[in-house]
Amino acid sequence: MFLQHLADGILSGAIVSLGAIGLSFTMKMLRFANFSHSELLTWGAYAALVFLSFFSTFGGFFDQTIGPFSFGLPLLFAMACACITTSLIAMFLHLYVFDRLSRSAGHMTMVFASFGVALVLRHLVTLIWGSDPIYYSNELQFAILLPGGVRVMPDQVFLFGLTIFTVIFLHLFMTRTRTGIAMRGVAESPSLAQVSGVNVNAIILWVWIIGASGAAMGGVLYGMTIQLRPELGFSLILPLFAAAILGGAGSLYGAVLGGLIVGLSENLSVMIIPTTYKPAVPFLLILLILFIRPEGIFGERKR
Amino acid sequence: MIGLVSYIVFFLILSLIFGIAVLGLNLQWGFTGLFNAGVAGFIGIGAYTMAILTGPSRDAVFGGFELPFVIGLIGAMVVSGIAALAVGIVTHKLKHEYLAVATFGIAVTIQLVCLNWEYLTGGTLGLIGIPNPTKDLAEGPLAQNALFLCIVISLGLITFIAIENIVKSPWGRMLKAIREDEIASSSLGKDPARIRLEAFVLGCMAMGLSGALYVSFIGYVSPWDFLPILTFQIWTMLIVGGSANNRGALLGALIVWGVWTMSGYVISNVVPSEIQAQGGAMQAILIGLILVVMLLLRPRGLIGEELQVSRHARSLND
Repeated sequence: MFLQHLADGILSGAIVSLGAIGLSFTMKMLRFANFSHSELLTWGAYAALVFLSFFSTFGGFFDQTIGPFSFGLPLLFAMACACITTSLIAMFLHLYVFDRLSRSAGHMTMVFASFGVALVLRHLVTLIWGSDPIYYSNELQFAILLPGGVRVMPDQVFLFGLTIFTVIFLHLFMTRTRTGIAMRGVAESPSLAQVSGVNVNAIILWVWIIGASGAAMGGVLYGMTIQLRPELGFSLILPLFAAAILGGAGSLYGAVLGGLIVGLSENLSVMIIPTTYKPAVPFLLILLILFIRPEGIFGERKR
Repeated sequence: MIGLVSYIVFFLILSLIFGIAVLGLNLQWGFTGLFNAGVAGFIGIGAYTMAILTGPSRDAVFGGFELPFVIGLIGAMVVSGIAALAVGIVTHKLKHEYLAVATFGIAVTIQLVCLNWEYLTGGTLGLIGIPNPTKDLAEGPLAQNALFLCIVISLGLITFIAIENIVKSPWGRMLKAIREDEIASSSLGKDPARIRLEAFVLGCMAMGLSGALYVSFIGYVSPWDFLPILTFQIWTMLIVGGSANNRGALLGALIVWGVWTMSGYVISNVVPSEIQAQGGAMQAILIGLILVVMLLLRPRGLIGEELQVSRHARSLND
């Protein structure tokens, strides 16, 4: 049983990691806690649903599922389009809400605004798609039996692989490209980055694009392995914050490690406490980390 | 005509009950700068305490002491205050968005406890049959509601006057000093952590009072009444009215609750009944839009904080 919980924890942790990367970046580089970030996961998942039905109409080659997975090429294309859609939503919100507020008011006003934005985004999903759970595919899947009696679905293996690929890709982006390096500079000090010739506004748009794309992938993977519902992102809001705070705001590896810790502790907690209290676990983690090491595992200690 | 009057009475009762919670939040955020994102949790604690203290006894559920209304109100405030004290001690180091995340988590946890601790809270079914104090005092629903409105108005007025006096007192001036510059105020020998904790507890007691009034008016309590959307509604009321202004807090409660009920009325008449869930979504979208638009266009609220100039500075100018 322990190994099964461990596997489930890593898999749900991978989804949290993808969502937490963007949240962690916005907390560090835009300097506000974005309570509407979790809704981008929901929008990513539902946007993929729309593109999935579009690509599925092509038929032929597109109808086949890949290997043991429950999905075919259409879902992969749909996921890419979902990343673009959520990036556009995030950039729209940045230009018309958050950026304006950051110029005219304090960063706490941005946090309030993110409450309002979250309400609007979440209930728009209910308005458009209804509140019933939806699935990408009705294909039946057979679990793979791993050593130790652990059962995982092929889709979950894909989820894990895609998360690792994304993190490696982002690592290379942050360390090898000019944009990535400039982004780290902006995280350190926006004004210093600006005098060094970095276009801070463009970099901030990149932060939104990366954050929103990560969120969209997390949402699609959640929808693929569990289900789509309007509260998808909202139910992840505490896990996401827990992961971002655990890892330390602005840290890519911190967010990933934080996500895994959150997923593992949520799933291992059911061995000790009743399952119904599982949603409180991330909150306890937040309290614990803020008490012991408020700057997070990879965060820098302020002097 | 009677229908309209009773509807207005009903509306005023609920908006004033929420107004009391907004006053509590105003003390925390408006005057002290404490970001409490767990308002719904503290209203819930007050509500459940009221239900347990004054409700009828029932099998397999704790409580049902059938105590008088006033004891219930005091009990609700005390228990919310104690809960706030515990929360405040744990979170005393946290500021701004970290406090927001932590208190948001507390409200989620409180809601989970309400949902799952059946022995204390009745679980998903909640607790029903909470007595309304006006039942024995007046005949007919309109007279009862009018009497309840009087109770709510007087309690709201007491809360309003109490908080007005608190913020004008020397202790209240310290709140603003800490909000504006913590280092400066601690250099004057004030203890910001302690004063913040006191303001947090006082504000949460007002929220507990609001929850207690809510259950004795509605007559039952269920965990679904204290979802995070309630926190957002209370926050929107404060932002619309104007934070750091108690009149603004009450005005915001009236306006936002007015928009909420009116939009609900319109939607329930216009939207076909098979997509009522979508109708509720429209209401929530409206609240979210009001919050965002208000922050963009008039961040200080309809009637925001009045600028205060020290008496001494004024005499210097003359």
